[in-house]
Amino acid sequence: MGIKKRKTEEAIFKTLMVLACILVSSSLFLIIGTIVAKGLPYLNWDMVSKVPQGGFYLGKEGGVLNAIIGSLYLAGGATVLGLLISIPISVYLNIYLKKGSLLSKSAKLAYDVLFGIPSIVYGAFAFSIMVWLGVRASLLGGIIAVTLLIIPILVRTLDEVIATVPKELKHAALSLGATRWEAAKVVLKQIRPGIYTAILLAFGRGIGDVAAVLFTAGFSDNIPKYIDEPAATLPLAIFFQLGSPIPEVQGRAYASALILTIIILVIVFLSHVLATKQNKHKI
Amino acid sequence: MTQHPLISVKDLNVHIDGHHILKNINISIPDKSVTSIIGPSGCGKTTLLKTFNRLLDDTANVTVSGSVLVGDEDIYAPHAEVTHIRKKMGLLSQRPYPLPMSIYDNVAYGPRIHGIRKKSELDVIVEKQLKDTSLWNEVKDRLHTPAAKLSIGQQQRLCLARGLAVKPEIILGDESTSALDPISTHKIEDLFVRLKEQYTIVLVTHILRQARRISDYIIFVYMGEIIEFGPTEEVLLYPKEELTKQYVKGFIS
Repeated sequence: MGIKKRKTEEAIFKTLMVLACILVSSSLFLIIGTIVAKGLPYLNWDMVSKVPQGGFYLGKEGGVLNAIIGSLYLAGGATVLGLLISIPISVYLNIYLKKGSLLSKSAKLAYDVLFGIPSIVYGAFAFSIMVWLGVRASLLGGIIAVTLLIIPILVRTLDEVIATVPKELKHAALSLGATRWEAAKVVLKQIRPGIYTAILLAFGRGIGDVAAVLFTAGFSDNIPKYIDEPAATLPLAIFFQLGSPIPEVQGRAYASALILTIIILVIVFLSHVLATKQNKHKI
Repeated sequence: MTQHPLISVKDLNVHIDGHHILKNINISIPDKSVTSIIGPSGCGKTTLLKTFNRLLDDTANVTVSGSVLVGDEDIYAPHAEVTHIRKKMGLLSQRPYPLPMSIYDNVAYGPRIHGIRKKSELDVIVEKQLKDTSLWNEVKDRLHTPAAKLSIGQQQRLCLARGLAVKPEIILGDESTSALDPISTHKIEDLFVRLKEQYTIVLVTHILRQARRISDYIIFVYMGEIIEFGPTEEVLLYPKEELTKQYVKGFIS
């Protein structure tokens, strides 16, 4: 191949790459732009400080505080519960078990499958457990469904992060006479920035999901006081408001979407700050 | 051997993934001296070193038979306490791997997990080990900064200080200078020579000149077997075995 042809090929592929990058980043701006344009006129202090008056479907007064609080409780509770379960799983599979052992291989296959299961299936599964246990649609039900949904995300992310830690670091701790748990703590210290990324991904997924909470968390115009009360969530609120025939209520849906987006942005920012702050000891 | 042995290996066989990596190893490593394990890449020298601190346990599909006595303790006995065995041996790997914490905490890590909590006691240990590894003057004003900020040569000396802080009897070095520049290499070699007064040192190296410079004894391993073992001069200058002769002359590598 002549140098001219090779240079043309280089130019074509570079253009394609740049175009793809522009397409993706501009669509982000388009999404945020649309939400801001449509939602900002309806965003006021009442939206974030009051519960709805007259219901979501028809109400033009009040706000979505119940859904904001409900979403935060739900995603927060599920993330905490999910971490409590997935950190031990990752530590056991990656640090305790020998590489390539049958148990670790089959467990990894299992949560790869779980990762691909759509959230509505988790919702239906959690719902059937709730019926069996006699639990009604509530914050607790929603937290359980979302926890099930985000555990595969957390475990997979933690796996990837732990895989970046050289095994010699674990061996360094072991050869000082550390137990495996003590060596695991050294590895966890090393991957702390990665844990924040996992939390961010799980929280983001949890706060944005509709299908898992549709049957399990229920819906309410009030802020849940106890874990067994039904709770509203922002995505469901948006869903109901968009379905309303009243244009004003539809506008409020975009305002709710804007609030949801701002919450996600704050979480991204916070986890980024935390990750950089924790980075200084990383080898 | 005039000195009494600290590590005695008897009929050691190691299989990894069905491959016979170490074959009928029998050796006694003398106390308070430097012993280098030399041999071509893939001959099993690192595996031999890893059997001493049972880090081989961390690899899947490994079977070890035979015994390795450290002092009077068979470290492959069924009830052997692995953490206790590893505490007796400091490991210095190919590249330095400081723990993700400050210089001070790296040295204090070992003593802390073994139960020393008092700051005054830890301060003494940290200062002593950093002085023993000639690092104190370079880092005394920044003990609480991240260990990762040190140069790679300093990191390797820090790893040595960290290992010495748990009071081992043996230092194991796995090509510990292969990532270092000549000056840092020289510093580590000097340390080994100085430390053999108090410790038994076993090194894996592929640099013959290094083996000659610092070791008292040499083990030549080839294809999983020990071909020759003896004082450095004898093995390198007057090898008894044909294979050793060829390796020393550079015909096999």
